[in-house]
Parts: sequence; structure tokens; C-alpha cells
Amino acid sequence: MSYSHFANNFYRYLMHLLLLFIMCSCLSGAYASAPPLESKIEMGISEYSKTDQEHASKINQSAVQKESKSTTDHSQLKALKGPFFSGPEVTKACLECHNTAGHQFMKNKHWTWDYKHPKTGQHLGKSVLINNFCTNARGNEGMCAQCHAGYNMTDSDFDFTNQDNMDCLICHESTGTYYKTPTSAGNKACSVMFEGKPAIEWEKIAQSVQMPTRNNCGKCHFYGGGGDNVKHGDLSSVLFDPPKKVDVHMSKEGEDFTCVTCHVGEAHEWAGSRYEMTVNDEVGTGKPGMPRETASCESCHSASPHPINTVEGIKLNTHTSKVACETCHIPEIARGGVATEVDWDWRTMGKLKNGEGFKLKEYTQGDGHHRATYKSIKGSFTYAENLQPMYAWFDGTMNYTTIDTKFDPSKGPIDINSFSGSANDSASRIYPFKKMHTTQPYDKGNNTLVYMSLWGNDDSALWGNYDFGKSIAAGMKKNGIPYSGEWDYVETLSYWPVNHMVAPKEGAMECSECHAKGGRLDHLDDGSVYIPGTQKNEILNIIGLLAILGTLAGVLGHGALRIVVTRMRKK
Amino acid sequence: MSMNTIKLVVFKRFERLWHWSQMALIFTLLFSGSAIYGVNPLMGFADAVTLHTWAAMILIVIWLFATFWLFTTGQWRHYLPTTKNFIEVARFYAYGIFKGEDHPYRKTYRRKHNPLQAMTYLLVKTVIFPAIWLSGIPYLLISFGIGGFLNDLGLGNIALVHTAAAIAITVFVIAHVYLLTTGHSFTEHVKPMITGYDDVELTDEELAYIKADEPGLLK
Repeated sequence: MSYSHFANNFYRYLMHLLLLFIMCSCLSGAYASAPPLESKIEMGISEYSKTDQEHASKINQSAVQKESKSTTDHSQLKALKGPFFSGPEVTKACLECHNTAGHQFMKNKHWTWDYKHPKTGQHLGKSVLINNFCTNARGNEGMCAQCHAGYNMTDSDFDFTNQDNMDCLICHESTGTYYKTPTSAGNKACSVMFEGKPAIEWEKIAQSVQMPTRNNCGKCHFYGGGGDNVKHGDLSSVLFDPPKKVDVHMSKEGEDFTCVTCHVGEAHEWAGSRYEMTVNDEVGTGKPGMPRETASCESCHSASPHPINTVEGIKLNTHTSKVACETCHIPEIARGGVATEVDWDWRTMGKLKNGEGFKLKEYTQGDGHHRATYKSIKGSFTYAENLQPMYAWFDGTMNYTTIDTKFDPSKGPIDINSFSGSANDSASRIYPFKKMHTTQPYDKGNNTLVYMSLWGNDDSALWGNYDFGKSIAAGMKKNGIPYSGEWDYVETLSYWPVNHMVAPKEGAMECSECHAKGGRLDHLDDGSVYIPGTQKNEILNIIGLLAILGTLAGVLGHGALRIVVTRMRKK
Repeated sequence: MSMNTIKLVVFKRFERLWHWSQMALIFTLLFSGSAIYGVNPLMGFADAVTLHTWAAMILIVIWLFATFWLFTTGQWRHYLPTTKNFIEVARFYAYGIFKGEDHPYRKTYRRKHNPLQAMTYLLVKTVIFPAIWLSGIPYLLISFGIGGFLNDLGLGNIALVHTAAAIAITVFVIAHVYLLTTGHSFTEHVKPMITGYDDVELTDEELAYIKADEPGLLK
């Protein structure tokens, strides 16, 4: 074979090599969103509309009942034969045998709605906080206390020492027929939603008590923020009976865990807090048989959970000192067909049709259920499903903008909660969050958030009267908070750490989701941490490209010249 | 002094094994390494990390053997820089090659590489390869969670050196392969690295010595 033939083959080969080196891949994840559909208007402002109730009943039917392993069959107890006519009567019966339960539960957040942060010293808890969903429970207990583990919390002056008002049933009943209604009268238009409910069979419910199931916890926690999955994004009615790919732990095809399998505890206090989170559990599984009251992944899986007989497994194990388990193992939130809210705009609140409030249900989520994109009492909503979380360094400590926090509204959106953490802090991990954006009222004169009066049968309650000015003035006055008399809208953000809906390992995030140019953690690769594959060093990229292209050009030029002069010589 | 052009084993069996396994591993490392860096879409990140790690560990072992071999056999002397014939060889690549001249360099028993070649290989062995290992091994240790003591270097800096060295190796490979085409034929250049035999200029004394003491080197 002639020399030039060989040379040509080699040039071709080199060009292939070059192409290989300089090709770049662009990965972009596109998430399917629901198709637009004809507007669905539903009159009335009931939060429990017909479609919602059908949806919820479908869920409860599919809920699983396991055989109890308890040594006591409560249906056989004389003390629970009744008759009972109210919740407190049942509680009294419970506490007669469980005579320390009351003292224990008195310290529980589900009862106190109160939390003193051990690190920041902030006074937190549902009783005082303002969020960027329905805003404040304080002053609106009549409605909000349906999710208080107690009876008769009608306002902020609740007697937290009266054990008879504890609600044992909300957490322990297993019939699924127990429900609560507002503790005080709301506006007429609102009250209709609680009419026509079947009477509570107190005896049957009292005798059904057992360890809390997902139905007990889910009834409140899956509906935080005023509807299914509205608040958290990783806690929805899907978890009543999730497919394995949505939640490997809670699925019947998976581990069939209840909430308290992980949220373990003693003495009516259990693990798991969003105010002070465990993001760096280095104790892991502990010693054999050692009980650990920690709701961390590591407490079962250890901090080195990946197989150590592969390079990939070893490599993944060294990620755990920087990256939270959730980051890779919960690749998207609001999975399984139930959407979460990502934007709430209070500014559009108060539109009426023929003087009546209404709902516009223009979002159809994955499971086919229609979600309200507008509610007269709340404003406009934007939903998301299969949403990629936001990622940030997090050391577990949350800071809150409370009613007495002054802020500068000109500095952009206000963080309802903010968190600390950094790449240089060995206790921090890269953590996934759901980010919530809201436009809500604030005190324009004092530059603080406001307490609003939402619920009530007076002319100040927002729900029924649709007047922000009156609602804020009443809400602030009721709680003795100074109010300038002037209000306006401010943009707010809140951040919800993502822990639930852990996918099976096949569903974990691919390496290339982060280890790629423009990957999910691109914004964190700011010099404080090095993430291979992101090609952040532009100078190196240019020098490398020039060096390789220059060499190729050099040898190709040299070779071409050789061919040309050889031909010329032959002529 | 009369010269004899003799077919002689210039690349010992170990040296050939070393060369070709190193060639295969370097290509594997460039292929997988470029995937890790993010410029090779033909391989997934996880597979690339696995392949890169295994290939690197095998090459480290081969390198340990090769370094031992070079020093114990005295073969390292082939890489010593020399000015002898340097100008002639440089002039050939820049000018003579276009005029159809023959390559001016003849392999000798003590110098199997031409002076430009020897200098390049020396540079590769003393600068580029050490740079890839001095960055690659710490990278590997940190990756395996046993490089805590190296954290102060910064993984970013380590990776920078590693990538820069990899680019230098790529440049070397391109030039190296191209230069195979510059002799009488491509096969003529590649064959000795396969069979081991090449034409070497021997003095009478060298020939006599080899015949007497190293007859196995002769064809």
C-alpha cells in the first residue's frame, strides 16, 4: 500500500478522535405539564367541593388495614363501651388507663403548636408563624384547629393544661370515619361545607384505636396549605397507597411502612422536625439492637449504604459527606399524579360571580383530578408535578421571618424561612427543597408580615367579606400587634426540605444529572466545591481545545505538504 | 570502523507488552476521562468513572513494573538527552522530509531512539506522566474517601492539573501516531514494536559481543 493511502486513513482516524473530544452533550429535562382544557367553574367557596370529596373517598377505600399485633383488643374494653357523646368524654376514658399519656402529650407540638428553637432561640410553631399559603393560623383557630390534636380550640386563648381537650382519636382511630369540624362559626358561605356530614359513631371509633396509620397522619399532613399536596410537594394523598416507583418505603409492593415506622419516638414525642433538621446523621445505624429515635435515612441505611464491591458504590458512599440521600433518591417531587402549588397570588382574591364566590378548576393533574387555579377566597394558584427540586447547602437550621421581623421590601422577595449551610461546613449537605413563591399582604408602614382575620362570622373575616384592609386590621388588633393601617403586597418565598417519596434505587438520579455542563448543581459549583463534568474552567477548556486542534492542524498541515511535494516531485 | 546493519531485538518482549498495554489503557483512559470531563457523549458518567478507575489502577501496576525494568536493565540510558544528530533530525522533519530525503537517523545498539524522540519520551516520562499520576492518585484517594489529608490541595486544583496533563497526553498521542507515517512506511515503524526486531547499526565489536554473549538478540 502506498504511503499516502496510509496517511489518509490516519487523518480520517484522527478526525474521528478529534470529533469525539470536542463533542458536547446538552441534556435538558423537559417535564410534561397538563394540557390546557376548558375552564371549569364551580360556584361556592367550600374547600370540600364534590370533586374533592370523591377524590378523597377513593383514596380512603384503597387504604390498607393490617392485622393488629397489639396485646390489647380495645373493642373488648369495658371503659370504651360508652355511650359517648363527645370527644372529651372519649379522651377521659383513654386517660383512665393511659394515665401518663396526657402529661406526655402536653409537651407535643401537635398539642402546643409551639416551638422554641434550641439554636436560634426563635419562638416558632403553628400558633405564631405566618406562612405563604393561607398565612396565619393564629386568630383563625376556628377553622385551622381542625388539624389541632385537641378539642375546643376556638381562639388563641386555649387552655393547654386541660388534658380532657386532647384529641386521642385523630391520631389513633382506625375506622376512617372520624372527622372534625370548625370550632367556631365562619361566614355563612363557608359553613355550608360542613353540613350534611354523617353523625360520628363515638363508641365504634373509640374502640378502633391502634398505633397511628398513614390515614391518621395523612388526613392533616397530606393536605397542608389548604389542599392535597399544596404545601410540601412530597406529602400527598398518593402516599395513602403509593405505587412503588413513587415511594419505595410506603408502597404495598415495597416496605408498606406507615409514617411512624420512620418517625419513631417514645412518650408521645417523635423524631422529625422541619425547624431543626438532622441533615448529617453520622451515627447511622448505631450498634446492633440500639434503638435510635431519629427519622434519618442513615438510621436504617447507615452513612455508607451503597455496595462496596463496585467502584460506583464506593464512589457513591463518599458522596454522603456532601450530598444528602434525598438529593439523589428523590429526583422529583409531586410524583404519582397529585400536583403541588408553586405559586400563590393573593392579589386576585375577591372576584365574585353574581355576588357569590367561586372556584376555577383549570388544572388537571396526573390522576385526572381538577385543581383550582383560582379561588375567590384565596386568589390564583400555579401548580407543578414531577418537579425538579431546588438544591442548596443546608445544615438543618431554619430561620423564620416572624410577625415581629422587620424587612426591607425593596430588596426583593422576603424569605419566610431561610436556612444556613455552606460547602465549607462539614455538618452541611446539599439538600433538595420545594420553593414556594407567593404574593401576599404585608404592613407597608411597619415593614412586617401581617396576621389576617380569615375565619369568622363578623364583617372583618376575609373569607366571606373579601376585604384585605378590614381583615388585616382585625387580625392585628386581635393579637395586639401594632399595625400602621397601611398594607400592600410583597413577594415571599418559603423553602420546604424534601424527604418523602423516596424512589426505588432504579429511580434514583443519574450521575449525569449533576455531573454535566449546566447540571442540577451547576449553581453550587462556584469554587467552593468541585463537581466533575461541569466544565466550569473556561480557560482550561480553551487552552485544551487550542492545544489539541493546534497539534492536529500542525500534523495535518505537515502531512498535506508532504503529499503535495511528493506529487510535484513525481511530475 | 566498519558498520554492520543487522536485524536485532531492540524492543524486548516486556517492553512490547508494556507499550501495547499502555497504548490500550491510555486510549481507554482518554475515552473514559473525556466522558468524566463531559466532552464525550458516547459514555455515561458512572460507567466512565468505573472504567477510568480500573484502567488507571492497572496502568499504575504496569508502570511500577516498567520503572523497575527501566532501571534494573539499564534501558533508561536510551532516554538520556543528547545533542548528537539533533540538528540533523530536526532539519529532516522541517525540510528534508519534503524533499524526499531518507531519515538521517540510524538506530544504534546504545540509542534506539533518535534524539528528538528521546527528548520527547523523556519529557513524557518525567513531566507529563508524573503530572497525571501526582494528580490522579490523590484524586483517586479522595474519591475513595481515604484522601482526607489531601483535601487542602483542593479537588478543583487536583482536577485542573489532571486535565491539563491529559490534554498534553492527547497532544503527544496525536504527534506520536502521525510520526509513524514519516519513515519509509507506516508498517516499517510499527513492526519493530510488534516483532521486536529492527535494523540496527552495529560496530564489529558490538556484533562480536552480541554473537558471543547475547545470541538470542539476533534473528
